[in-house]
Amino acid sequence: MQGATIRSRPVYPGLAIAPLARRHIFALEGEGAGALLDIAGDLTPEVLGRSQILYVARGSLGVGHHGALQTLGAAFWAAPTVQPLLGRLDVELSRSHMGTRLYLAGTEGFIGQAMQVAAAHGIDPASVITEHRGSRARRVQCVHCKGVTEGVTASPFTCGHCGLNLYVRDHYSRRLGAFQGVNIDAEEPGAVPPPEELYL
Amino acid sequence: MDTAYSATHRPETFRDETFRGDFSYANSPGNIRHFPFPFHEDHYRYSVNIEPHVPGLPGSAFEHLIDVDEHYLAEMADRAQVLAEDPLRYQALPHMMLAQWDTLELLMEEQARAYPHLFTLERNGDQWRWINRPLGIDDTFTFGDPSTLPREPLDYICRQTQGDIALMDQREGNLWMDAGMITAQADWSLDFDVGMNFHEWHAPVPLAPQMGVFDRALKYLLNLQVGKPVRRLNWTMTINPRLDTSPETYPKWGPDRTTVTPENVGQKVHLRVELQSLWRLPRSNGMLFVIRGYMMRMDEVVTVPKWGRRLPRVLESLPPELAEYKGLSRYRQTTIDWLKRHDDGAPTSPGIFPD
Ligand code: HEM
Repeated sequence: MQGATIRSRPVYPGLAIAPLARRHIFALEGEGAGALLDIAGDLTPEVLGRSQILYVARGSLGVGHHGALQTLGAAFWAAPTVQPLLGRLDVELSRSHMGTRLYLAGTEGFIGQAMQVAAAHGIDPASVITEHRGSRARRVQCVHCKGVTEGVTASPFTCGHCGLNLYVRDHYSRRLGAFQGVNIDAEEPGAVPPPEELYL
Repeated sequence: MDTAYSATHRPETFRDETFRGDFSYANSPGNIRHFPFPFHEDHYRYSVNIEPHVPGLPGSAFEHLIDVDEHYLAEMADRAQVLAEDPLRYQALPHMMLAQWDTLELLMEEQARAYPHLFTLERNGDQWRWINRPLGIDDTFTFGDPSTLPREPLDYICRQTQGDIALMDQREGNLWMDAGMITAQADWSLDFDVGMNFHEWHAPVPLAPQMGVFDRALKYLLNLQVGKPVRRLNWTMTINPRLDTSPETYPKWGPDRTTVTPENVGQKVHLRVELQSLWRLPRSNGMLFVIRGYMMRMDEVVTVPKWGRRLPRVLESLPPELAEYKGLSRYRQTTIDWLKRHDDGAPTSPGIFPD
């Protein structure tokens, strides 16, 4: 279950082209490339002519979709990791005008971070078209030290910053683009259950 | 009737006490009947328990709409300490400035009206003078000009008001928690929740969403009118009279929950009640949410026979999800067993007030 019952968690309805947009920016991470490739039939030459694709392959998966994306024929730029991709997205959005549509596809942590970039440009999150693809790993903020740990697949896990044992609470902040991590053995220090791979 | 109870609530002296370390917090005997006991019957379920916030029984926490009591100074000192350690307990998104001024006005007006011996507000056009005698403050400022106050208006007035405060913006048919000062919370994080809407910040609450509680409550609140505030009571329990039970500091206070024994229930276990009031703000159309907290240890609760009978019955009636959410699981039974000694099984009268 993807936890559709967590009411603070966004829903990711899936990519669909907004035909009237004057510009389309696609930020795709890892398996998120497939979300765009699957609707390639809707990418008319007109749409492609107004599109910019930003892509980062997910290292752990080894395979990239560079070739397939490039063949679409839109402006294409590939980043080596997520951080430069977000930097480039920031630049694109700062130069975009009214009528630009943003599309995000990939893991939830990636979508969350790209949403933060978009929010900094005053883009209404409800206008961003999203699709969750790939790993269900969670991006988690430690509620104690406020450090963010990326790619959390198990609960409990060790905070990468303060070292506390955290469980992942079913509560998501769009502002932070992260789930909440809470110390699991606060009441009885040392009483930590074995981790379960819940978010593969 | 008890004279302390029928008398108007007019705090003259403030207790010198702590909410950490040696935990010297206590209620003086005259203040016990001031406590807003939250159970009007012998069992408890979530409900849309909203009623008009109008002045209530003299001497009770409901007498004045913004209640000040003998814990005022100690609570303000604890708040200052929390903020010094963790500035993220105060948050205000930029578009909330007008709502900040609305809030400052409301809290100054209400406190000065109810407690003229403690607070005075002089308004001369936009030149305002605020005197807070317990805290030794006498400031003159220009209403609407943040540069004339030592802090942002919300920060300034929250440091002089008992209770946590959240400020909501209303838009898109929802309420958005876009500002607040939260230093005495029952285990939720303003820093995490700021910017969320009504359904999002309530996401961790069990059972209530399925009961439709939040949908109905939101619908009601969206139509709240200026000058017609409403209130509800919420409650939990806290081990030791600690105000700062935030998620941030959970490793500090979590271990307290394992320290309850049959011998120390009376001293350690506290009923913690939030008298929550909601106010439409006139200029910003925002909403003010005051979470006024009260704590009372079991020894004090059972001095009111009706409360001593009722509380163990309520605790026994709780659905397990609710007990777990409120963090009572480790000490609930020990507390019930202790309280049962004060329950002779006699029927209790309806309503929250002592007989
Ligand atoms: C508009 C102002 C309100 C704010 C800012 C607010 C905020 C909150 C927060 C932050 C929590 C804790 C959630 C967590 O566990 O992280 C909570 C819990 C809760 N809220 Fe609200 N709330 C508001 C209004 C209401 C109203 C009108 C109701 C009416 C039914 C309500 C019912 C509840 C209930 C039942 C809980 C669970 C409390 C418990 O069992 O201890 N809230 N609220």
